[in-house]
Amino acid sequence: MSYIWLILLLPALGVIINGFFARWVGRRGVSWIGPGVVGLAFLVACRAFFDIWALPADGRLVEEVFYTWIGSGRFTVEMALQIDPLSVVMMLVVTGVGFLIHVYSVGYMHDDPGYTRYFTYLNLFTLSMLVLVSANNFLLMFIGWEAVGLCSYLLIGFWFERDSAANAGMKAFIVNRIGDFGFLVGMMLIFVTFGTLDFTEVFHAAPGALALGGPTATLIALLLFVGAVGKSAQIPLYVWLPDAMEGPTPVSALIHAATMVTAGVYMLARCSALYVLAPFALAVVATVGVATALFAATIGLVQNDIKRVLAYSTVSQLGYMFTACGVGAFGAAIFHLMMHAFFKALLFLGAGSVIHGMGGEQDIQKMGALRRHMPVTHVTFLIASLAIAGIFPFAGFFSKDEILFSAFASGHYGVWAVAVFTAFLTAFYMFRLHFLIFHGTSRVDREMARHIHESPRVMTRPLAVLAVLSAVGGFVGIPIIYGGNKIGAFLAPALAHTEAHAPHAGVGTELGLMAFSLAVAAVGIALAWRWYLARPEVPGRIAQRYRTLYRLLLNKYFVDEIYDDLVVRPARVGSEAVYQRFDLRVIDGAVNGAGALVRSFASAIRVYQTGYVRNYALSILVGVVLVMAYYLWL
Amino acid sequence: MNTGFGLISLVVFLPAAGAVVLACMPRRLGRVFPLGALAVSAVTLALSIPLFTGFEKGTADFQFVERLSWIPRFGISYHVGIDGISLFLVVLTTFLGVLAVWSSFEAITGRVKEFYIFLLLLETSMLGVFVALDFFLFYVFWEAMLIPMAFLIGVWGGKRRIYAAVKFFLYTLFGSLIMLVGILVLYFYHQSATGLYTTDLLAYFPLKLPLTYQRWLFAAFALSFAIKVPMWPFHTWLPDAHVEAPTAGSVILAGVLLKMGTYGFVRFCLPLFPAASVQFMPIIMALAVISIIYGAFMAMIQPNMKNLVAYSSVSHLGFVMLGLFAMNVQGIEGGILQMINHGLSTGALFLLVGMIYERRHTMMIADFGGLHAVVPLFTFFFLVTTMSSIGLPGLNGFVGEFLCLVGAFQTNRLAAVLGTTGGILAAVYMLWMVKRVFFGQVVDEENRRMQDMKPRELAIMVPIVVLYLVIGLFPTPFLSRMEPSVRHLVAQLQGARRQMTAEQHTRTAEALTAGGHRARGGEMAAREVVR
Repeated sequence: MSYIWLILLLPALGVIINGFFARWVGRRGVSWIGPGVVGLAFLVACRAFFDIWALPADGRLVEEVFYTWIGSGRFTVEMALQIDPLSVVMMLVVTGVGFLIHVYSVGYMHDDPGYTRYFTYLNLFTLSMLVLVSANNFLLMFIGWEAVGLCSYLLIGFWFERDSAANAGMKAFIVNRIGDFGFLVGMMLIFVTFGTLDFTEVFHAAPGALALGGPTATLIALLLFVGAVGKSAQIPLYVWLPDAMEGPTPVSALIHAATMVTAGVYMLARCSALYVLAPFALAVVATVGVATALFAATIGLVQNDIKRVLAYSTVSQLGYMFTACGVGAFGAAIFHLMMHAFFKALLFLGAGSVIHGMGGEQDIQKMGALRRHMPVTHVTFLIASLAIAGIFPFAGFFSKDEILFSAFASGHYGVWAVAVFTAFLTAFYMFRLHFLIFHGTSRVDREMARHIHESPRVMTRPLAVLAVLSAVGGFVGIPIIYGGNKIGAFLAPALAHTEAHAPHAGVGTELGLMAFSLAVAAVGIALAWRWYLARPEVPGRIAQRYRTLYRLLLNKYFVDEIYDDLVVRPARVGSEAVYQRFDLRVIDGAVNGAGALVRSFASAIRVYQTGYVRNYALSILVGVVLVMAYYLWL
Repeated sequence: MNTGFGLISLVVFLPAAGAVVLACMPRRLGRVFPLGALAVSAVTLALSIPLFTGFEKGTADFQFVERLSWIPRFGISYHVGIDGISLFLVVLTTFLGVLAVWSSFEAITGRVKEFYIFLLLLETSMLGVFVALDFFLFYVFWEAMLIPMAFLIGVWGGKRRIYAAVKFFLYTLFGSLIMLVGILVLYFYHQSATGLYTTDLLAYFPLKLPLTYQRWLFAAFALSFAIKVPMWPFHTWLPDAHVEAPTAGSVILAGVLLKMGTYGFVRFCLPLFPAASVQFMPIIMALAVISIIYGAFMAMIQPNMKNLVAYSSVSHLGFVMLGLFAMNVQGIEGGILQMINHGLSTGALFLLVGMIYERRHTMMIADFGGLHAVVPLFTFFFLVTTMSSIGLPGLNGFVGEFLCLVGAFQTNRLAAVLGTTGGILAAVYMLWMVKRVFFGQVVDEENRRMQDMKPRELAIMVPIVVLYLVIGLFPTPFLSRMEPSVRHLVAQLQGARRQMTAEQHTRTAEALTAGGHRARGGEMAAREVVR
């Protein structure tokens, strides 16, 4: 597979051309090159997929070594790519969904003065994500890992004149860096333990080198998980993701669906061989995952900004993926990641289409009945909403169900219960969003109403493609009862499995669980219909009755404020105090004091340097007398 | 092995010779001085390139060696040469030398002739420090460097320039004098041990100094170097010197001068006093970690860009020290690479801040905002440099920083973990500055008229950015040249460490009369750590 370097070269070319030669290729050129290179990269990924598919199941691992990147003593790291089922699936998602988002952006960003800068960053984002998923060692993966952080910083803060955008970009980068601290220390520990950072070597040696449940295995797994928590926006580091909507909407789609946040899930799946050795770490992963899923869903219930609702739904869905990892179902996590990439990209692009048509309005309380004006957006958005709510036969149904089933089958009943309840909330808030935007009575102000329009074709076509994927994509992973999970089987050689994951629940249980979760989702949708369409006065009354709870949710549990008061401000005020009182006064005071001491001593004895001969003669005389006295009397 | 035909001497003394020629020219020639200085420094850079390309990779010996008897009565010789440690600092100096001269073309308007003379003299003395293989010669260069630097700050500096120049001069001189005492002690000890008076550095490496001597000498040398680095708590001269110094002075100060401190640790403290180094290791590592974290927090709240970058230097050099005192291959190579990286990225930061200063005559962060819209090209270079400085993987800073940390992790896990937080803090203080200077709305109307990068400024910045990428993605040409020298050094330290653990264990063994196998275990653990 010597052609695989093309998949990196193509977006890299895009970055170089759009970044440095945009004046030569012109705006038209950028519109072709930006999406074009990603489209071509997608073709390369397809080729790689079929080549991998053609290999026997246990031989589906190809490594392409380019050169030694860092060599220092026994520490060597290669510049090398790894193509296996897991990385190929990720490549397909990144380039495929990424391509659609690029195409969509041509329409969405059409009038932006920063058009070429936008596509440069977008190409760089794709490149970084591809490095992340195709690296064959931790350190090279870390290049991509941090580079997606950089790209999110640049793109979230794309409209840098807006203070809130600049702040959100900075927040994203810094919070990610906090997670990266764990990743870095984890890598050091891996190197000390295994003497290498190469994936294949580490995972091969892991079962022999690490005791099951031993402290080293647990520590490595937890440290890497800290990195994943930062990148994939889990509690307590999720705070950057909702703010990330400050960027242009297609960027949100890219961050939330194809790139960036999926990195943490990918990393856990990639390191599954380490995680299965650390049951405690897996328990932590499952707990954090399911807690995040529930926590973010509750916030999503009451938000009024279309993108903010979607942002919290991403946090929540990522929680599902970590839950899957935590119960040892890494394949299910990747499956859900893939389905989520389809429907979340669709949701964000649909939201972008709505915002575009509404002239920049994002408040769902000022929308309503838009389905008449935007038929394509409406239908595609509906499909995505059904998919995320987990309605048969849309994509999310299969993937979410597999996660729920895995949790149940592996005996994590508590996790299962919370996850099912979250599924109910998800269905509710997604259809609350859907009904408020597209159905009911119009709350758009008169002036605006005349300008509402469907988006141009360059934007709606990607929606259509994603809608098809969201509708039928799930069939790549239809569960056991229909004759086997294709994607699960394809991924299996690249993933490790816990003993507990062997399903000891039968087909009957699985069918029963399916019916149950389907019913739960239906109830959620029905409730949303009743409250927001049939009797729209109810939500206001409930908010009134439970005012404290409502305010708590509306203000996102005040977590940002708590972080501000507990970390940000003390750091600033404390540093200022140390600077003024210690650095300037104590340390520098001592330095200057030493100088002043010499000077005052010198000026004290300077008094005796009068320059008068008679004074010196007198001192000589006194001296002589003293010396003589010493010899005569002592 | 490369033997000398005077290449090193040519590189070292060419700037000084240029300075003499410039000194002879009449003041009215005006433009000749900057152009002449640029030509001289450019030729010096060109001549130093063969040192890099012709450097033989397989050996830890000194190369391009020149040796002439100088004052034979005292055993003083003119002895210069480079190895895998000093090579890079020499090339870094000649590289930044060109940029420093070129960046001053418009900034320096008064006493032009003297400025460039001092700059060239400074270059010679710094190069001399890195190539000297004789204590006497080293000390001459070491002290000579202070004079042009103090003048650069004191004459061409800002408002409090005299205070800053005097502080810089006296503070570092204080350290040097203590080192001088140390050198004299070494000198006489060598005579008493071998009957030979010599100041030749190479003669001292085989010397096995008793531990008490080592401790005192280490302390004397380390104090002098720690002031230069500067390590916490000896850092307060640095912000003052940087804020007051002209751009070229800041570039040289951050880029090269501080490295003389860290270089001193590698060249003298570690190989001459290995046992003491091992003993002092926890203290130095603690100071390094404090420097990293303390410097970062102080950088965060500085209202002045130069002050901020100055404190960030304290933080960055903490990484270097952490790597060097990890005493293994990764740590020391990371430390040396990080010296180069810091020279490039912090040098570039000072260049960029200088460019802003030339346009707006202020360095206060609060005076700016929204510059991205006004000067996009400048913003690009500032952002790339920021990323290099905070160690973004793929750029130069990461390779050095990670090697330092991986090295330190093998020696002292706690120190490495604490040091890693420096990466988070670096992102905080740098990005916050970037946000306040470049993002948001343009507040001050003056800023709206700011001119973007000029061709000269572009020509200065482009090579630096290219080097970020080269070192970040292809560090092998650098690391492979260091490797033999570093291995040699690590072997020396390893020996000392093993001996110490063994001694310690025999002592315990004697006391307990039953600890034989444990001593061996310790020995093996020591070897493991040093690899």
